[in-house]
Amino acid sequence: MTETAKAAPFSPDEAFRPPRNQWWDVWDQFKYHRGALAGLAVFVAIIVFVTIGPLIWQVDPGAINIRSRNQGMSMTYPLGTDQLGRDMLARLMYGGRISVAVGLVAMFLGLVIGTLIGVVAGYFKVFDSPLMRLTDLFLALPLLPLLLILVALFRDPLETMFGQAMGVFSLIVFAIAITSWMQTARIVRGDVLALKEREFVLAARSIGTPSLRINTRHVLPNVLSPIMVSATLGIATAIITESALSFLGLGFPPDFPTWGRILYDGRDWIEQYPSRVVWPGVLISLTVLSVNYIGDGLRDALDPRIRGR
Amino acid sequence: MTTRTVLLGTAAALVLAPASAMAERERGSSGHLNIIYWQAVSTMNPYLSGGTKEMNAASVVLEPLARFDNLGELTPWLVDEIPTLENGGVAEDLKSITWKLTEGLLWSDGTPVTSADVVFSYEYCTHPEGGCSYRDRYAGIEQVEAVDDLTVTVHFEDVTPNPYLPFVGAGSVIIQRAQFQDCLGARAPECTDANFAPIGTGPYVVSNFRPNDVIEFVANENYRVPTQPYFETVTWAGGGDAMGAARAVFQTGEMDYAWNLQLAPEVIEQMEAGGRGELLVDFGPLMERIELNFTDPSPDLPDGERGTREHPHPILSDIRVREALSRAIDRELLTEIGFGPMGMATCNFIVAPPAMASPNNDNCLVQDIDRANELLDEAGWERGADGIRVKDGQRLELLFQTSTNAVRQDFQALIQADWREIGVDTRLRNIDAGVFFGSDPGSNDTYLKFFADAQMYASLFEGTDPTPHLEQRRCGREPQPSTQWQGQNINRYCNPEYDELWAELNREADPDRRQELVIALNDMFVQDYAHLPLVARGRVSAASTTVGGIVMNVWDSEHWNQAEWYRIEE
Repeated sequence: MTETAKAAPFSPDEAFRPPRNQWWDVWDQFKYHRGALAGLAVFVAIIVFVTIGPLIWQVDPGAINIRSRNQGMSMTYPLGTDQLGRDMLARLMYGGRISVAVGLVAMFLGLVIGTLIGVVAGYFKVFDSPLMRLTDLFLALPLLPLLLILVALFRDPLETMFGQAMGVFSLIVFAIAITSWMQTARIVRGDVLALKEREFVLAARSIGTPSLRINTRHVLPNVLSPIMVSATLGIATAIITESALSFLGLGFPPDFPTWGRILYDGRDWIEQYPSRVVWPGVLISLTVLSVNYIGDGLRDALDPRIRGR
Repeated sequence: MTTRTVLLGTAAALVLAPASAMAERERGSSGHLNIIYWQAVSTMNPYLSGGTKEMNAASVVLEPLARFDNLGELTPWLVDEIPTLENGGVAEDLKSITWKLTEGLLWSDGTPVTSADVVFSYEYCTHPEGGCSYRDRYAGIEQVEAVDDLTVTVHFEDVTPNPYLPFVGAGSVIIQRAQFQDCLGARAPECTDANFAPIGTGPYVVSNFRPNDVIEFVANENYRVPTQPYFETVTWAGGGDAMGAARAVFQTGEMDYAWNLQLAPEVIEQMEAGGRGELLVDFGPLMERIELNFTDPSPDLPDGERGTREHPHPILSDIRVREALSRAIDRELLTEIGFGPMGMATCNFIVAPPAMASPNNDNCLVQDIDRANELLDEAGWERGADGIRVKDGQRLELLFQTSTNAVRQDFQALIQADWREIGVDTRLRNIDAGVFFGSDPGSNDTYLKFFADAQMYASLFEGTDPTPHLEQRRCGREPQPSTQWQGQNINRYCNPEYDELWAELNREADPDRRQELVIALNDMFVQDYAHLPLVARGRVSAASTTVGGIVMNVWDSEHWNQAEWYRIEE
C-alpha cells in the first residue's frame, strides 16, 4: 500500500510549479535542429565580427597605403590589401556593419508593413480586396527601375536632411522594404483568414473583445511562425539586394565599403587576386545561409503541432 | 616535301594571294562584325549629344566633308580635294572657304547629296532655339552659301585663319535636309525617327536602333566605294562595363572590337597575353581632369537657378582654394596606378598636339601639401576639431562625383585622401556612366548639369586645332536651362580676358603666333585653376586579331575608316 501511495501521480510541487515561459519550449525544440544551431552560431559570430571586430582590429578601412598594394595574407594584413593598399579585414568589418544593418532594418520595416497589411486584409473583409490588389501591384513593381527613380527624386533631399551616409541608408532601406513586404502580407493574410473562423476567436468575439485586442492577443501570436520565417528570409533578400545595388553603383558612395561594393571592386581583379572576391562573397553567402537555417529551425520550433516530434 | 616544292608553293601563294584577297574582298564579303561599347549609345544624332560614344556611332552613318587621318592630317572625305590658299579654295582675305562636293554622291536612300544639305546642317546646328552640342564648330560664321548644287562657300564674320572647323571632323557632320527640315531648334529632340536612324552618306545604315541598348547596321547600298564596306552587317552592342567589354574581346572572343577600355594596367596586360585580341593605344588630346564648379549646386536653390552663374560657388570661387586642391593631388601616383603606360601626368588643358602643349605648368606635377595648407590658411580656412577646415561656420566639404568605373573610383579614393590631408572633407558619389554622360536634360546626374562641387571625367577634341575646344570655355557657353543644359563650359568659367584672347586666336593666321596664343590661353585657364588636369590618356580600344584594316585614330572618330575593316580569314 505504501508503495502505491508513493507512486501517486499527484505531487503538489509539480502542480503549482510556476508556468513555464513558452519561449523555453521553443528553445527546447530549436536546439534539436542542428542546422539551425549551426546557423545561429555562425550568425552570432558574424554579428560579433562586424560589431566588436573593429574595436579590436583598429585599422581605418579607408586608409590608403600605396606601398603595400595587392598584398596577400600576412601578419600586418590578415586578409591582405586591395589595389590601393587598404586593409581588407577592416573593410570587411565595416562593410559588414552596413550590409547587416541594411539587412536587419529593411527586414524589420518590411515585416511591420507586411504584417500590418496582412492582418488588416485578413481580418477586415472590407479592406481585403483593395489591400490585396495593392499587394499585387507592388509584386509587379520591378525593383531596379523603381530604385533609379527613388534615387533621382529623393537622394538630394535625404542627403541634406540626414547627411550622405544616413541619407543613402534610409533610401536603400526604404526601397528594399517597400519592395519586399508583399510575401509576408500574403502569408499573414492567408493564416489570419483561417484563424478568424476558429472557435477561440469566435469565443473571444462573443464576449465582446474589441478587434484590436483579438488581433494582438489571439491572432498575432498564432501567425508568429510564418512571420518569423519570412523575417529571416527577408534579411537574406535585403543583404543580397543591397549587394546588387552597390554592385551596380546605385548604392552607397564609393568610400563606404559594403560587402556588395567590395565584391564589385574586386571583380576586376578576380584572376590576379581571387581572395578579393572570395572573402566578401563567402561572408554574404554565410550570412544568408545561416539566416535561412535559423528561419528553418524557428519555423519548426514555433509551430506547437510539430513541437515535441 | 622537297625544297623545290616548298619554293614553288610559296611562289604560287605569293602570286595567288593578292588576287584571291582582292577577289574575296567585296562589299559584304566579311560577314558580320560585333562592336561593343560599354556605354550604350543614346542617339545617332551627334548634334544632340556631346558624347564621344554618340559621335563614334554616328560616324559610320553621317560623314563630314573632310576628316583627320591617324596622323592628324586633313583628308578629303565627301570632297575631292581640301580647299587651300594655293588651289584657291580659301579666299585671299581668309574670310571664306569654298568646298566642292564629289560628284555623284548619294544618300543612303538614293537621293543625291547637294550643297543644300550642307547649308542645312549649318542651320540645324546654329538654330537659336536649339541646343546643338557642336555649335562651337560653327562659331564666327556669317553665312553658308550654296553657290551651285555641289559648291558651298562658308563666309566668316572675321578673318579666319583656320577655316577647317565647320564640316570637318566627326563632330560636324552633314545631315540630310529632307529628313531633318522639320526638326529645327527646340523641336530637334522630338524627331525620334530621324535622330535614331539618320540617312547618311557613310558605309552603314541603321536597321534597328534601341536607345541605350543596341544598334544594328547594314551596309549602305549607295556607298560611294562599290566594294566597301567589307562587313555586311554590324551589331553595335551597348551597356555593361569596361571589364566585360575587354573580356568579350580578349577572352570569350564574342566581340570583335571594344571601345575605351579604361581598366587597371595589370588587368589589361594579362588579358592581352592571351593572344586573342590586341590593344590599340594612341595618345591624343584625351585628358582626365577634375572640373571645379564655379556655380552653387546647392539643392536648396530653385530649379532654374541651381548650377547657374546667378549663384557663384560659396567655396570654390576663391582661387586660393582651387590652387590648394590642385597642389594637394599626387598626379604621378594617379597615373601609375590608374593607367600605367597608357597615361601621362599633366598640368595642361591642351595636351596635344605636342607643339601646342604648354611647357609652363609643370610645377603641379609634384604634390605640395605644405603649399596647399598655406594657401588654405591664407584664405581663412582654419582647422576644426576633426581636422576639417572651417570658415564662418561653414565646413570645407565638397561633393566629388564621377562615373562608375574601377579606375575612377580608385582615383576618387586617392584624391579624397590627398584632400583630407589638407583639411578638405570630400563626399564621393559615383553615377552609372550611361546616366552621367547621357544627354537627358531631365536627369540631375549628368556631367552637363554638374550638380556637385567637383567632378572627374575625360574629354578631348577632334581635329588638330584646339581653337573650338578653347572656345568652349567662353562666357555664355555653359550648360544652362535656356540651352536645355547643353554646352561644354562644364565648370561655368567666365573670364573676359580669356574671351578676348580667344577672339585674337580666332583672328590670327600666322601658325607660330597661333601656337603662342593657344599656349597663352591654356596657361590662363590652368593657372586660374579653373579645372585640374590630371592625366593625359592614350585612347585605348581592343580589337580581335581576326579583324584587319583598323587604323586607330585619336584625331577623329575611331571608326573613321570602318568601311575598310575586314575579317582576316584563317
